[in-house]
Amino acid sequence: MKVAIIKYNAGNIYSVVHALNRLGIDPIVTDDTVQIQTADAVIFPGQGEAAKTMTYLKKKGLDEVIRQLRQPVLGICIGMQLLCAYSEEGETNCLGIFDVPVKRFHAPEHSFKIPHMGWDTLIKPNGALYQGVPENSYVYFIHSYYVPLSEYTIAENDYILPFSASMAKDNFYATQFHPEKSGSVGEAILKNFLQLV
Amino acid sequence: MSLAKRIIPCLDVKDGQTVKGTNFVNLRQAGDPVELGKKYSEENADELVFLDITASHEGRKTFTDVVRRVAAEVSIPFTVGGGINELSDVDCMLNAGADKVSINSAAIRRPELIDEIALNFGSQVCIVAIDAKLEADGKWYCYLNGGRIRTDRTLLEWGKEVADRGAGEILFTSMNHDGVKQGFANEPLSLLSDALPIPIIASGGAGCMADFRDTFIQGKSDAALAASVFHYGEIKIADLKKYLKQEGISVRI
Repeated sequence: MKVAIIKYNAGNIYSVVHALNRLGIDPIVTDDTVQIQTADAVIFPGQGEAAKTMTYLKKKGLDEVIRQLRQPVLGICIGMQLLCAYSEEGETNCLGIFDVPVKRFHAPEHSFKIPHMGWDTLIKPNGALYQGVPENSYVYFIHSYYVPLSEYTIAENDYILPFSASMAKDNFYATQFHPEKSGSVGEAILKNFLQLV
Repeated sequence: MSLAKRIIPCLDVKDGQTVKGTNFVNLRQAGDPVELGKKYSEENADELVFLDITASHEGRKTFTDVVRRVAAEVSIPFTVGGGINELSDVDCMLNAGADKVSINSAAIRRPELIDEIALNFGSQVCIVAIDAKLEADGKWYCYLNGGRIRTDRTLLEWGKEVADRGAGEILFTSMNHDGVKQGFANEPLSLLSDALPIPIIASGGAGCMADFRDTFIQGKSDAALAASVFHYGEIKIADLKKYLKQEGISVRI
């Protein structure tokens, strides 16, 4: 199986590589259009800032490439946010796969720290990505922006307010949390994603 | 609120080996930080911290190899600290696979380093560790170089600056409590937590399971770090989590 991880100017892409290696997959990390288009599955990982990342993707022509992918695609964290329509982070127009906005957390009381950082639960996980993943399983989040609940939501979390922990539409899947850092639960989710191929 | 309070074992690494003893008799190599890290991860530790306490250049290279191996084999977030003085050190550790770096003396010496890390890699990778001591005048003073050099900076003032400059978390060690095993410094911890918008990690003083409960409730800590109680097997992480859950604290089990 050929798995392409989209390379861009963001940190910690290699933790996704290591996670796939632990599942016996040797992915390629690339920003080459053909390599991405011909992969069986594509992972759009993330840590970074929305505006800077979109600028980079556009410069490389990767925005159009990603939009037209028909194989299973998994966006992680900022990767999920960039698959949305618009992000309040840097007032950025994003890829528009999911026709929903990305908003900044505002803490109504001081007991909520921002970023939302650490292990939190999956509420109502459903669909192929979450097969065998029980409700309230813990996964690792680290984010200051969130995607509201929508028709695309396939798992929720509640921090300050309920939001999309995970989304799906056609061949596009996305997680706000980091499956590659979420121990055995994350491993199960990545395995489920690869089985979509 | 379901966000789990985090339990973080800290491993001191010298010349590629963990320094403190361990009670894990079934490990092939008890001194191997990678094996130990995996073991903790399997016991449901929430994150790991690896501190490089080697001074030599050779030891530094060995530590980078350790970080690389941890990244390949451990599937939970981990932080590395010790000897990180400039942006290129951060770059090196992140490239080796670390999720976060912890800086201490270098941040007090040149606070702009915090801004630089946040700007280049994001706040989420930057933990600022603060060692402070309560002195006779009732104030907490920050120390450098593993507690050897006193500064005029006070805990809350420095904590605020650190958060303003873009640190993602603060790791606070009370020098009065460290190693005493009588509990964490919950009074200053709760002051920090109330005053700052970022997560606070409590460090220094863990002796029994109730100490963890107290720092999460009274100290309002978001995470608790300990070394010897875990390494010597005095507290098993699985037992600790079960206990905390019974005490009504949100933990990942």
